[in-house]
Order: sequence, then C-alpha cells, then structure tokens
Amino acid sequence: MSNANIPPKPGGFIPRDRNWQPDALTPPYKTSVKRSPQSALLSFPTTLSEETSPVFGHNMLGALDNDLIHNFARSGESAIGPRIIVHGRVLDEHGRGVPGALLEFWQANAGGRYRHKKESYLAPLDPNFGGCGRTITAEDGSYEFATIQPGPYPWPNGMNDWRPAHIHFSIFGHGFAQRLITQMYFEGDPHIQRCPIVGILKTQEAIDALTAPLDMNRTVPMDSRAFKFDMVIRGRRQTYFENRKEGM
Amino acid sequence: MQRLDYLRESPSQTAGPYVHIGCTPNFTGLDMYGGDLGATMKTGPVQGTEITIKGIVFDGTGTALRDAMIEIWQPDAAGLFASANETRGTADPNFTGWGRSPGDMDTGEFTFETVKPGAVPFPDGRMQAPHITAWIVARGINIGLHTRIYFEDEAEANAADPILTRIEHQNRIPTLLAQKQNDGSYRFDIHLQGPSETIFFDI
Repeated sequence: MSNANIPPKPGGFIPRDRNWQPDALTPPYKTSVKRSPQSALLSFPTTLSEETSPVFGHNMLGALDNDLIHNFARSGESAIGPRIIVHGRVLDEHGRGVPGALLEFWQANAGGRYRHKKESYLAPLDPNFGGCGRTITAEDGSYEFATIQPGPYPWPNGMNDWRPAHIHFSIFGHGFAQRLITQMYFEGDPHIQRCPIVGILKTQEAIDALTAPLDMNRTVPMDSRAFKFDMVIRGRRQTYFENRKEGM
Repeated sequence: MQRLDYLRESPSQTAGPYVHIGCTPNFTGLDMYGGDLGATMKTGPVQGTEITIKGIVFDGTGTALRDAMIEIWQPDAAGLFASANETRGTADPNFTGWGRSPGDMDTGEFTFETVKPGAVPFPDGRMQAPHITAWIVARGINIGLHTRIYFEDEAEANAADPILTRIEHQNRIPTLLAQKQNDGSYRFDIHLQGPSETIFFDI
C-alpha cells in the first residue's frame, strides 16, 4: 500500500486528551461555576478550518518585545524586581520543535500588582513595568525573554486565596486547533499546592508540567537567574492513509 | 511492551482577568507594539461581501462577560485561508482571516469587520457550509472554548453540512447560526451555559 520513498502526509490533529486537560466545571475555582458549559462537547475530526492558522513573521517584532524589564521603562531606567530569563522550547506531541509559534506573555509586577484599571490590590504599580511581552519561536522551537519575577498576590475566591507567582502564556502554533493559554509557575513556590486554579489540574504530573525549574546553566552570572519552561502543543497524525469515501 | 514516547499537551489554565494586558495591551491603555494584533482583518480592498458580526458572551446567569477575549479564524470569500498550511491556492492578500476582540469595555460586545467566508471541504471531500471558527477564553474558563459561526441565510448549505447534520439535538443548531439584523449586520451571541447554551466543539 504505502511507498517507502514517499513520506507520510500530515493528517488531522491528534485528539485533545480531555482526561488530562482540566474540566470546565471546577467548583473550588468559583468563577468556573457559571462559566462552564454543561452540555457535552461536540467531538469531530479537525478540518481545514482548524488545521490552518495565520502566519506571524519575526519581522513584526520590536527589539524590546521580549524584554519586559525595559519595554515599558523610561529611557535609562528598568523595572524593579528579581531579574530573570525565561527560556525553553515549544514542542509538539511528537517532541519536535515548533518554529514560528507566536508566544504572548503577561504578568504582575514584583509586588504582585497588574497594570489594569480593574485591579485593586494595594501593592504599588512600578512606573517602569508594563507587564506584557511577546516573541516568536526560532527554527528549533526555542524562545527566551527577560523579565522580573512576579510576586504572588491575593484574589477574591475563598477568604484567603493567593495566587502563586506566575506568568501567563498564549501560544499560537500552525493550526487553530493548537490554540492554548496556560500559566507558568516557579519551582519551590509554596502557594502552588494551595491554589484553587492550580488545583483544577488532575495530577501532580500536570502541575509539574507547568512548573519551571531554576536553570543555573542558563543563568547570566552577576545579572539574571534563569527558569526553563517548555510547552507542548498538539501534534498532527502522520499517515499514508487519507479519509475518503469508499470507492473513490 | 515498548513505551509510547509522545509528549502530553501542556495543561490549560484560565486566561484570567487580565488577558487583555497580554493579548490586547493597547485596549487596556498600554502603548505597545504599534497596535493590537487581530484588531483589523482587512488590510486593503477585499474580495467578496463585507460583513459585520457582533455579539456578547453571557454566563449562566445571563450576565455579559467583560473580561473575555474572542478570536475568529476563517477563509476568504473564495474559501482559501491566509495560512502557510493552505495548499489549494492563494488567499486574498488583503484579508488576514484572523480577528481578535476584547469586547467593549462597558458592554462586553465584540465586533468583527470581516467578509462572508467561502465554503471549505470536509476531510472526506464533502463541502461544509460557510462558517467561521471561534475561540473564547476568559477568567473562569479553564480551557479555551471552540465553536463555529454559521449563517442563518445559508439554509441550503447548512442542511448539507457534515457537522451540522451530525448534531443529535437539532433544536440546538440555532445557537450556531449568526442572525441577520435589520441594519445588515449579523448577531452571534455566545451562551456559556443555560437553556440557550452554545454548542461547543471538541476538535
């Protein structure tokens, strides 16, 4: 049937593992209660509508887009907080690096305060910190950016809930089916095990998958520590066989 | 036996209350990047019929979400995607096919200025009815919700669509149909739960 000289074609995306991903309804995270669909999702194989996505070119990036220490700071100044580098790779489920993936990230400042008009935490704003950045992965799927380590902060859920320090990531691969938003946590943060949002994850393995270890090998001496955070997005089936009507 | 060495997809986490800082910073007052990505889908004169789609995302109490982000992705009027994975032809160079909206700051209403999409085939070769893929994230949504915007004025194509015809509860199909308004725009409200819950997809 198959010709060994012809490489397999990319098929549809591998179905999302809903037993691994969090459920929609997770009552300890209270906001989910009225924002979670109650009917079963409609499952079907990906089509061209989900196997395609817009293209983001490296030429759209500004020089400071991946430097949150400086991209909002006044000239000659920098954001306050522990200087860190976050780096890693975007991989697909086959373990291959995904080049050209758009990563957008946002976070609170070192005091745990977001720059947003609806944010009311009493920690001060840092005039030199905006809290967002972006980059596009290289040919091997790698990326890095410089920022300050965000602080933990309280949030209205239970009477005394605190978010662990975290950075939000939006990931845009090559198919709309891969679209994903997640959060990165920091090794050793005692709030991780206490957080109701982390608590929606079903296994310790899933929590570990979102927890970035300190990476001393990538640390810049006398300058910045480094944390390594790899992300995995859905892969496509590899196949010699294509869906087609019988007899065609 | 041997071990399957596939990686697991990164677990999803909510976009949280401040997704707009990261994805539409200019909307929140942060002057970044020279503008927000996805704010404009047309970069010049476009082919086909230009349309406007408006809607609101509602929670299970009927309250409008004002902290959501909605993205749409669609082909051009000829059914071609402006994507590196498009192998059937070249899409309209003045149409990106991708839009992103934070919704109105006060009402939560999103607006997309786009074109009526052309039809795209299903994997088995049958034609799908014209549709737009939509993705919704917000605080309280643990994993982004996929749905589709079909058009009520495409009754014939809708009746033959491989996915619409497969839906068990046909009385829920109107949740996937954008309704033509008197002003010529289309209305597509999204209900996260309740009697009018939108059909969401596991794709």
